[in-house]
Amino acid sequence: MKIAVASGKGGTGKTTVATSLALSLAMGAPGQSVPLPPVFLDCDVEGPNAHLFLAPVFERRQDVVIQIPRVDAAKCTACGKCAEVCQYHAIVVLGKRTLVFSQLCHGCGSCTLVCPEGAISEEPHAIGVLEAGTAARGIPFARGVLDVGEPMATPAIRQLKQWAIPADGPEGRVLILDAPPGTSCPVVEAVRGADYLLLVTEPTPFGLHDLRLAAEVAAELRIPVGVIINRDGIGDAAVDAFCAAAGLPILLRIPFERAIAEGVAQGRTLVEIQPEYASRFRAMAQQIVEQAGL
Amino acid sequence: MKIIVTATAPELEATVDPRFGRGAYFVVVDTETMRWQAHANQGVNAAGGAGSQAAQFAAQQGVAAIISGDFGPNAYIALAAAEIKMYLLGASKTVQAAVTSFAAGELAQVSAPTGAGHHGGRGA
Repeated sequence: MKIAVASGKGGTGKTTVATSLALSLAMGAPGQSVPLPPVFLDCDVEGPNAHLFLAPVFERRQDVVIQIPRVDAAKCTACGKCAEVCQYHAIVVLGKRTLVFSQLCHGCGSCTLVCPEGAISEEPHAIGVLEAGTAARGIPFARGVLDVGEPMATPAIRQLKQWAIPADGPEGRVLILDAPPGTSCPVVEAVRGADYLLLVTEPTPFGLHDLRLAAEVAAELRIPVGVIINRDGIGDAAVDAFCAAAGLPILLRIPFERAIAEGVAQGRTLVEIQPEYASRFRAMAQQIVEQAGL
Repeated sequence: MKIIVTATAPELEATVDPRFGRGAYFVVVDTETMRWQAHANQGVNAAGGAGSQAAQFAAQQGVAAIISGDFGPNAYIALAAAEIKMYLLGASKTVQAAVTSFAAGELAQVSAPTGAGHHGGRGA
């Protein structure tokens, strides 16, 4: 079972929800076993922050490496086939010269494949690091951290998921994918393959605008969606109206309260600030598992 | 000499576009005959690599110079490699005016990237 947490708009409370969901599942109901043990993946490789709340100790590390083309000028005839095939304009032919812009390269290898002269070889280029270990309450935790100045989050997220998720899935566990903000490639990469998508929003025009976009992404990826409204009580009722019209269930409302804001600012999770949320998150997860038929 | 001026519309009288990689149109002008042709910039909405894509287009057009308001790191490196000279629009308001000022030698030539770049803009 894979549950992704995304939002569109940044700062709506993705990590607040994802970390509290993980802790609630790891705790289990009082006096009972843990039916849905969690695994946590922080996929926001440009600004990972779940570690601030779940305090993981990292035991394993691996570089994020992509293969960057190197052009042998002696063999290159400047035919331009590599530039034609490159979707990212990372390799361009200018007159008799072929230039590689490594910052734009996704490492897909197409240029190497199409070069009729065999003039392109590939060399590894590290763009970040993957880290895995154990967090609070024994939660298996992994994250990717993109190097400062590297613009390509997508390969890092892809490699994080490959590295941290066993090929047969997170067997018997609930994998929680904390996605980056936005609705572009990194978000698609983070939520791809998820069984369910929690969209965290706030009842404001900005929250609604990006919720709409995020819901469209989910529809495109055919992932069922549930909405969590954070800072409930501010703004207006337009998010509720949108969810009703679009048939998106609102699974949880977190009120706009000073105590919650203060606690989060101190690095505490929602379930530590207000323990009654633990049972709500567990009930929500149970509902999702049943709905998804898993 | 063939040059490119970045423009907001596909006309000689169009207002200039201060962006190179993200400019709306490239107006290719022959400064001797004043014959011109406008091309829509395919990279306007590219997720990244607009500068390198635009430079590739300029090289394919065989232009000797480009007049625009901003050349990011990728565009600068690519254009420099292609030996295409870069000039700033200065006070030019229209493509026509930019060409006239260029012919009169009134435009400043660029010898370093003029902006920090945008997505993936650290240069090759």
